[in-house]
Amino acid sequence: MEQLLLEVRSLRKSFGSHEVLRGVDLAVRRGDVTSILGASGSGKSTLLRCLNLLETPDAGEILFRGESILRPGFSAPAYRARVGMVFQSFNLFANMTVLENCIVGQRRVLRRGREEAQERALLYLKKVGMAAYRNARPRQLSGGQKQRVAIARALSMEPELLLFDEPTSALDPEMVGEVLAVMRELAEEGMTMLVVTHEMAFAREISSGVVFMADGAVCETGAPEELFTAPKTEAARAFLARYRGAL
Amino acid sequence: MDKLLKLGRDMAQLWRSYGSSYLGGVRNTLLLALVATAIGCVIGLLCGILQTIPCSKNDRPLRRFGLGLVRALVRIYVEVFRGTPMVLQAVFIFYGLPYFTDNAMRFQSVWAAAILIVSINTGAYMAESVRGGILSVDPGQTEGAKAIGMTHVQTMTSVILPQALRNIMPQIGNNFIINVKDTSVMFIISFTEFFAFHRYITGVNNLYFPSAAIEMLGYLCMTLAASFLLRLLERRMDGSSSYELVQQDALTMTAGTYSLPGGARGGR
Repeated sequence: MEQLLLEVRSLRKSFGSHEVLRGVDLAVRRGDVTSILGASGSGKSTLLRCLNLLETPDAGEILFRGESILRPGFSAPAYRARVGMVFQSFNLFANMTVLENCIVGQRRVLRRGREEAQERALLYLKKVGMAAYRNARPRQLSGGQKQRVAIARALSMEPELLLFDEPTSALDPEMVGEVLAVMRELAEEGMTMLVVTHEMAFAREISSGVVFMADGAVCETGAPEELFTAPKTEAARAFLARYRGAL
Repeated sequence: MDKLLKLGRDMAQLWRSYGSSYLGGVRNTLLLALVATAIGCVIGLLCGILQTIPCSKNDRPLRRFGLGLVRALVRIYVEVFRGTPMVLQAVFIFYGLPYFTDNAMRFQSVWAAAILIVSINTGAYMAESVRGGILSVDPGQTEGAKAIGMTHVQTMTSVILPQALRNIMPQIGNNFIINVKDTSVMFIISFTEFFAFHRYITGVNNLYFPSAAIEMLGYLCMTLAASFLLRLLERRMDGSSSYELVQQDALTMTAGTYSLPGGARGGR
C-alpha cells in the first residue's frame, strides 16, 4: 500500500477549557485535493494550524510521510518548509516587494542562490499572473492580488503539501474567482492540497475527497459527489442545506 | 532693543575668542550622542529580541529556565538604568570601577567611559521601544514567516525587525535628540562636550548669559538638524509610494542563464 503523505490520529486541542478538536482523524495521500467543510467554530482552521504546527496539539498524532511531527526535538521550521500554507489574511511581508516576498524563503530557508531564487519566484509569480507586479509592495495590491502572491510565495518553496486556510474568505466577491482559478490549476497539476473553504461549488468541483467537520471532530468523509448529493449524517445534511443555492 | 544688541555684541565677542572651542564641543557632543545612540539601539535590539523569544509549555525545562532568567535580567537592567539619573550612573561607573578594584582598573579614556554610560542608558530605553515595536508588528507577519519554514532568528531579521525598526524610528530619533542634550551631564566625569566648554569659557570671563545664549542656539541647531535628517531617513525607509508594472516578459526558462534587466528588482 502506498504510504500516506499525511496522517492525523485522534488529534485533540483545547484553548483553555474550550475543546476545539476532540479527536480528529484524517488521511491524505499524495495528489489528493481534500476540502474541509464545516460550520464556523467546528475546528477546521485549528486543525489546519495544528498540521503546520502553528498550534501545538494537546494529544493525538500527526504523521508526515510516516514520521511523527509531534515528537520532541522535531524541527518545525524544516517541516514547514515542506508544507506550505496560505492564510485567510494573506500575511505577505509588508517590508518587501512582491518579488522579495517570493525570494526570501528560498534564500534564507532553502539556501538557494540569488539567481535561482529569483528565477523560480518569477516562474511562480507568472503562474499566478502576478509577475508584472513584482516591484509592487503588498499594501499597493488588491486582496485577490495579495492572495495570488501569497500562493506564489508558498509555491516558490516547492512544498509537498499546500494548506489553504479559507483563502477566499477575506476577499470581495469579484476577487474570489481569480484566486480559485489559480487553485483549480494547481489541483489539476496534481498538487496535494488541503483546503478549508466555504466555497461549496468549488470544493465539489476540484476535490478528490471532502471532509465534513462538526463540533471538533470529523463527522463525515467521502467523495465530493457522494457527500454533496447524499450526505449520510444529519449534521452534514443540515449544513449543506444552507448552501443549496450555491450548488 | 539695545539690550538685545548688547547680547548680540557679547555673543559675537565670545564667538571670536572661543568659536573653535564651542565648535569642538559641538563635535564631541554630536559624536558621543551618535555613537552612543547607535550602540544603545543595538543593545535595545538585543534586549527586545531576547524578551520576545517565544516560550511554550512544550519547550524543554532548561530552555524555559534560561529564557526566564534572561528575561528577568533584561527587566532588571531596564528598570535600574531607566530609573536612575544618568549623571549618577556616570559617577557610579567612572569612579566605582577604580574604587572596587583598588585602582587596578580604571577607564583609560573619558571617551570610552562616556560612550559606555550613554550607550547603556540609551539601551535601557530602547529595549522597551524595541519590545513595543516588535509587538506592534501584525502577528500574521510572524505566522507568514514561520509558514515558509523560517526560524525565530530568520523571522526576526528578515521580517519583524525591519518593520519594527521602521515603527520605532521616531523613538530612535527621540533618543538621539535626548542624548544630544543629556550628554551635557557628562561634565561630571570631565568629558568635554558642548556644555562643558560653556563652563570653562564662563570660568575665565563673566559673560555668563551670552554664553548660555550661544549654547541654547547651538543645541537647538543640532536637534533641528537631527529632526530634519530623521524625517528624511523615515521617508526613505517607506520606499516608493508607486510601482511600475513590468510589462515586457524577460522571463527565460533556461535555468541559470536568466539575469534580470537592470532596475527590475525594486526595494532594498
